[in-house]
Amino acid sequence: MRVPELTVPTRLARLLGRLPATPPAWLLVTSLNQLVKRGVLPADMELLAERRFEVRLVDAGVSLRFAADSRRFLLDRQPGEPDLRLSANVADFARMMLREEDPDTLFFNRKLSIEGDTELGLIVKNLLDSVDWHETPLARFMAS
Amino acid sequence: MILPELVCPAGSLPALKAAVDNGADTVYFGLKNDTNARNFAGLNFDDKSARAGIDYARARGRKVLMAINTYAQGGNVSRWHRAIDEAADLGVDAVILADLGLMDYAVRRHPELRLHLSVQGSATNYEAVNLARELFGIRRAVLPRVLTLDQVRHVIEHTDVEIEVFGFGSLCVMVEGRCLLSSYATGESPNTHGVCSPAKHVRWEHGEASLDARLGGVLIDQYGKDEPAGYPTLCKGRFAVQGDTYYALEEPTSLNVMAMLPQIIDIGVAAIKVEGRQRSPAYVSQVTRTLRAALDAAGREAQRFSVRPAWQQELGRLSEGQQQTLGAYNRPWK
Repeated sequence: MRVPELTVPTRLARLLGRLPATPPAWLLVTSLNQLVKRGVLPADMELLAERRFEVRLVDAGVSLRFAADSRRFLLDRQPGEPDLRLSANVADFARMMLREEDPDTLFFNRKLSIEGDTELGLIVKNLLDSVDWHETPLARFMAS
Repeated sequence: MILPELVCPAGSLPALKAAVDNGADTVYFGLKNDTNARNFAGLNFDDKSARAGIDYARARGRKVLMAINTYAQGGNVSRWHRAIDEAADLGVDAVILADLGLMDYAVRRHPELRLHLSVQGSATNYEAVNLARELFGIRRAVLPRVLTLDQVRHVIEHTDVEIEVFGFGSLCVMVEGRCLLSSYATGESPNTHGVCSPAKHVRWEHGEASLDARLGGVLIDQYGKDEPAGYPTLCKGRFAVQGDTYYALEEPTSLNVMAMLPQIIDIGVAAIKVEGRQRSPAYVSQVTRTLRAALDAAGREAQRFSVRPAWQQELGRLSEGQQQTLGAYNRPWK
């Protein structure tokens, strides 16, 4: 299965951008915590604690903000700049997560942008890379 | 016909599995500290993942190498010694060392441990390679990417040590093992701290018209809106030199030896290495799969071999700066 070359249509993005971002951010935070709990996401929470993150889905016009403490991921409702912001289109995030595309390749091609604390960005990237999806039911969706 | 070993990078356990699953003969990895030259936060192996990785590769008949390819720093030599002890304990097939002092330690403490001379050891001639063999019994040397194919042949003809060359990956300014350039901006260098551009010194600034790359506060490049970007290393920056702003040292580019595989096989290269422990499992899968296909085809077809457009396209996409070069291999230097 390959992620098709699609972008979210502008009109849909305008609509999505007006919806509250809390439900998808909540879903993201809950999923991350599940992955940590099951030992799938080998996160060293000490490295992420007290840091604030933003995942910006550029074509969908949606920004998901979350934070971490020394035990888990949390919703981030405070204003101000995050420590790390990753921005890409939905399809490129999907390719990265499904291991169809290397984040460095996306970065070289200017399809992924990293703002803020570069070292934190590297920690997050390497954390995602170290997830062994073979050990989860998601294995069948991953690129070989 | 004996094909060279395909040696692929692993920065994580999934990357190691990806290399094995896609046809690597050998994988190489490092520990989570400055004893290896890809010392990035969150990358590399601890004892548990190293054991799991070695088991995975062994079960499929592949070999595993451990890179301990930085130089032991005064006052902290024990960390490098422990890394060598751990490699022996894990039972890796060989360690890749650059520091002669560490080679001496390895030979005395673990005489059964197979030694490879790292590219960071900067041995560019057979005298240097043979000296390391006489002193420490090294079994393989990785040649820096500064030699022409004829010069590689010359080394191979004058040594019993196996010769490994780079086949694919980001190119640097190519003074491997001797480069201190990043120290000028960050106080850290590959040999001392295991990184060219330590992430904590890197800042990407998104301006109105450009993306600015800063290393240790020094502006090293500005990319236009859709211009391909590269790694934020000093050697690949664009600098104003006598009124002209350009890549004064090296352009962001990747080495790709695919077109030369028949000659590389012909001169008796023992192993072909892929760069990129810092990259993700997706990269490792794609590069390993492509080079496996190309190497097998070159073995079958010899001089009739031609690079398939699909392979070229696949590797081109993954390249830094989206340019590829045969590097020094096809230079007319004598």
